[in-house]
Amino acid sequence: MTDTIVIIGTGLAGYTLAREIRKRDGEVPLCLITQDDGASYSKPMISNALGKQKTPDKLVMASVDKMRVDLNAEILAHKSVTAIDQVRRSIELDDGSTVDYARLVLAVGSQVVRPPLQGDGLDHVYSINSLEDYRGFRRRIEGCHSVAIIGPGLIGCEFANDLISAGYEVHVIGPDAWPLSRLLPAQAGAAVREALEKIGVHWYLHRIAQAVQLADGKVNVVMDNERQLQVDVVLSAIGLHANTTLANAAGLHINRGIVVDRKLCSSDPHIYALGDCAEVEGMVLPFVMPLMQQTRALAATLTGTPTDVSYPAMPVLVKTTSYPVIVSPPPYEAQGAWEEEILDGGVKALFKSGQHVLGFALTGAATSERQALMKLLPKVMP
Amino acid sequence: MRKWQCLICGFIYDEAEGWPDDGIAPGTRWEDVPDDWQCPECGASKSDFEMVQV
Repeated sequence: MTDTIVIIGTGLAGYTLAREIRKRDGEVPLCLITQDDGASYSKPMISNALGKQKTPDKLVMASVDKMRVDLNAEILAHKSVTAIDQVRRSIELDDGSTVDYARLVLAVGSQVVRPPLQGDGLDHVYSINSLEDYRGFRRRIEGCHSVAIIGPGLIGCEFANDLISAGYEVHVIGPDAWPLSRLLPAQAGAAVREALEKIGVHWYLHRIAQAVQLADGKVNVVMDNERQLQVDVVLSAIGLHANTTLANAAGLHINRGIVVDRKLCSSDPHIYALGDCAEVEGMVLPFVMPLMQQTRALAATLTGTPTDVSYPAMPVLVKTTSYPVIVSPPPYEAQGAWEEEILDGGVKALFKSGQHVLGFALTGAATSERQALMKLLPKVMP
Repeated sequence: MRKWQCLICGFIYDEAEGWPDDGIAPGTRWEDVPDDWQCPECGASKSDFEMVQV
């Protein structure tokens, strides 16, 4: 019998968990498995790398060799896990080898949602959910002039801001009535639309991109009103969903993510999940702050101190550097309504249930009120 | 006075300004910031910061 903790995935979730485990236990055998090269990088730093004049290589914090030494861990790079044998507590890799585990952690992240596009220009539609994806995108936009972004959400707005800061012409398309519509109420969203318009973003809201067609080295994006937009490159950013492929094949309980309890344990008592792939108490939260809470709790659990994860109020910073946005979404399924106030240089929105403030959204100059408002908020998951 | 950057989200801790919201007074040197202090923007650990030249 092995006592190895095996972690599938070396993104922010996998590597942060491994570091937290090592803070508590220098000896327990650790094995991490990744499909990519195992370089350590922080995915949130990708979407404002252009503005910070960082190349993809500059985003790498440590090579896989350095991570092996730092973590005192075995790291298998460029390997895919093809199956989990829960009876033998063993995983099977694409090279036919197997790795035995005492506890298995799924830190497999998310997959991009692809828009249902027609046309012959789909090779020019990029999406970014890893450093490798980003390398390809940066190579492609080198020497180009214009980018159409499909999806006016968090990732779409951050990339719009970043591409503008590097001198690109940017068009953003989506069916939403305002940008960041899943996070912000109407007036805050309108303020973001106006602010990004001022720096040069062209908006096509209430519009659906239907096709991407080749046109003389460029591509035409065809929208549902038959309007066409000619650009060099298309970036699709319509959303992410939890990567549940492997867990599903293993028969684990799946809902919108891999369903885990407050100890981040799945329906198999030897298999855990965290990060973008995990659903904790109905919540899939693909943000850094919840992940950090999860890594600390799970590292404690895996090193002999069973610990429930708890969430404080967790503000999300949208890295639209030209016009900052901070949102602390109300707890899942909270009852209440947004109250918005237009201030000088920004919008302050409070999500209230009676007199209780359960969440807030701040844009522009109003972001200075964040710390004061944080004190009013209840914990998301006590 | 030096500056330290969170490698996860890019937040910068400036020793000159401290972080009064968490009770860290202006002028607090990085060594004197409590080990359990977390990045106010992403929740990363103090060990996830490194010194930056600004």
